Amino acid sequence: MSAVVDEHDHHADDHHDHGPAKGILRWIVTTNHKDIGTMYLVFALAMFFVGGAMAMVIRAELFEPGLQFVDPAFFNSMTTMHALVMVFGAVMPAFVGLANWQIPLMIGAADMALPRMNNMSFWLLVAGVLLLASTLFMEGGAPNGGWTLYPPLVLQPITVGKALPFAVFSVHLLGISSIMGAINIIATITNMRAPSMRMMDMPLFVWTWLITGFLLIAVMPVFAGAVTMLLTDKFFHTSFFNAAGGGDPVLYEHIFWFFGHPEVYIMILPTFGVASTIIPIFARKPLFGYASMVWATGAIAFLAFIVWAHHMFTAGMPLAGELYFMYATMIIAIPTGVKVFNWTATMWDGAMTFETPMLFSIAFVVLFTMGGFTGLMMSIAPSDFQYHDTYFIVAHFHYTLVPASIFMLMAAGYFWLPKWTGHMYNEKIGQLHFWLSAISVNILFFPQHFLGLAGMPRRIPDYAVQFADWNMISSIGGFIFGASQLLFLYIVIDTVRGGTGEKVTDEVWEDAAKHGLEWTLPSPVPYHTWTTPPTIVPTEHVLDSH
Amino acid sequence: MSTNTAYYIPHKATWPIIGTIGLMIMLAGFANYLNGSSIGPGMMIAGLLVFVAMLVGWFALQAHESETGMYSKQVGVSYRMGMLWFIFSEIIFFGVFFGTLWYTRNLSVPWLGEGATKELLWPSFEAIWPTNGPGKVGGDFEPMGAWGLPFLNTLILLTSGVSCTWAHHGLLPPKPGVVRTPEEGRSQLIKGLIITVALGFLFVTLQAIEYHEAYSEMGLTLGSGVYGSTFFMLTGFHGFHVCVGAIILSVVLFRSWKGHFTKENHFAFEAAAWYWHFVDVVWLGLFVFVYLL
Repeated sequence: MSAVVDEHDHHADDHHDHGPAKGILRWIVTTNHKDIGTMYLVFALAMFFVGGAMAMVIRAELFEPGLQFVDPAFFNSMTTMHALVMVFGAVMPAFVGLANWQIPLMIGAADMALPRMNNMSFWLLVAGVLLLASTLFMEGGAPNGGWTLYPPLVLQPITVGKALPFAVFSVHLLGISSIMGAINIIATITNMRAPSMRMMDMPLFVWTWLITGFLLIAVMPVFAGAVTMLLTDKFFHTSFFNAAGGGDPVLYEHIFWFFGHPEVYIMILPTFGVASTIIPIFARKPLFGYASMVWATGAIAFLAFIVWAHHMFTAGMPLAGELYFMYATMIIAIPTGVKVFNWTATMWDGAMTFETPMLFSIAFVVLFTMGGFTGLMMSIAPSDFQYHDTYFIVAHFHYTLVPASIFMLMAAGYFWLPKWTGHMYNEKIGQLHFWLSAISVNILFFPQHFLGLAGMPRRIPDYAVQFADWNMISSIGGFIFGASQLLFLYIVIDTVRGGTGEKVTDEVWEDAAKHGLEWTLPSPVPYHTWTTPPTIVPTEHVLDSH
Repeated sequence: MSTNTAYYIPHKATWPIIGTIGLMIMLAGFANYLNGSSIGPGMMIAGLLVFVAMLVGWFALQAHESETGMYSKQVGVSYRMGMLWFIFSEIIFFGVFFGTLWYTRNLSVPWLGEGATKELLWPSFEAIWPTNGPGKVGGDFEPMGAWGLPFLNTLILLTSGVSCTWAHHGLLPPKPGVVRTPEEGRSQLIKGLIITVALGFLFVTLQAIEYHEAYSEMGLTLGSGVYGSTFFMLTGFHGFHVCVGAIILSVVLFRSWKGHFTKENHFAFEAAAWYWHFVDVVWLGLFVFVYLL
């Protein structure tokens, strides 16, 4: 394939051959996928620290039994807002940011398919998060009935104050933003790919995002519908979730989790995509089992739609429902196992080096598997009766989100920042960040398994004294983890401003150009790339399969 | 007519941020209104005006770019994908309310009328659809029949689907063997669209009459328990979509009258027609599951 970007054979390029506009307006009205990607990533990083600060409040309050710092309603606001901010403000936007930056580079497209809509996706996200954050300063405070917004709790005056309509409209805006972003990503991948790139030539990151895009379009409207019914039940006298009027509060749980379960895969599938991109480069081997990775991703996405009620084993369901959702859930372990084994086999016998992105990736494979195993434990309905609504659940999903999604977002930062900025990050501080994060994240979340099995419930500001020791250890881990992330902030700023001063090569990582188109572009990546689609030579995974 | 082969990438976009601000002010205003704040309605109107200005400005820009030949075939494919996936998301949105209706009628209402719930909580409750629940929320009501206005509305929407397709055929090249001047084709396009838009607004008018009857004579309101909730939520969202579809078709009619669209290049017409057919199909679902069964 050619590393040279041919700039001159399209007359329509004339009006956008220049670089970025100057000043703040560049960012507000930009249609450039790299600018929009950067805005998404910066916004997500900011929200990561906002959501993280809320987590610090939670861990500070739980440091010792008794009420220390905050009143219980505010504590519940913190758990609710921490979840909403992290899910909708940090993790999802960060992956959309990566998609914006990387997908056009990886498939040889000049930009995203619908550049104006791309701009609107971003600003709607900001608007949605602003509406949500505004509730923190309202009479009655932010929503505090949990991020799932279950009725009837969330409809009671004491739990909502004035926040409910703002939270509902925030969900609507975030939903529109996500749907627009997903449509754009799907249209880009299917319509803007270099003509010589077949579907099965696409990098795994592109594949996982194609499938994630579908999941987003299929479930964001479900959440929007659910919260709309909350709004009408609260303000327009409807009875959707009111048994006296013939409705059923459990219906909300069904609708919510029909959205909610695919939602967790929306956060994990691009994570898998990043891991499948990074591991082969540092193992200096092609990705093992490319086709099975693609099919496993599709299988996980399909299963996402038929397992939702495993979140509600204790909510009241006919026995047949309990059994069906139990067995269907267990099946997910198969495609997920395929992935974990493929990553392991990719590393097997590889000429591995352990730069920061690879360290995070290896930690991801190990710790995500841990989170997966606890998920398997919870899938067993009778066991789940014991685990439900305890810290065991908290430990489980934090293992699948923090050392998985968050770690791979960090890895992606270390991995691609040199390409984007042309500067190398400080490897020493990067590795320090990794070791501090990897150790503290386990101090933080591992004891929560014990707490949950011993019966400590979720979402409480105070607890029985028998839980004191492990809570204190968990809080200490939380404070170290939180503080360590400031290192990441420092490294990002430092790298953007010049990093180690070492000029990176076009392929940045040894032999990376064998693994993907983006590494054949200059470093830093120019403002406009692939104005003429490149010709793809068969990539390594294709050769590997012959 | 497409004259460009390269993919058009605008280098800036001012409407998205304007539209976002409008939408945000409108929704924040609505939330304030629901919370009983007096600034709510003013904010809603201001936000709505900004949002409408964005729609007008953005679509005018797109129409201008399309007519000046800035869009290649490949751009057209992106737009078509955008519209199809948007409609897919709308189908899912309606699916939520159809699912709610199904769950309520087939699972949760029967559960209320059997077993311990019946014995201990509401011994006199008979689980028969339609219902406003054991608490008789909203008081006595009369359910909406299928064979009056709703059936007439079904015929109206189905006819409008036909007239929309007839208009499309005015735009497409005539079938082999059919002799037709371009003027005749254009007149078919405009006539077909006028009929479609008129039928669309007639549908909404009849639905308004139906709602008025429900509220004033049948005691059937949004607050009539779960029957009233599902009835008005489903038909209400659908009616809103008919309004939006009719407005989109009106814009397409205006553009046709201005002489936009050729047989190769009429994405706006196609998108509007797809949307209209989608609204049509949703109505058929409503007619069967809300009115008939």
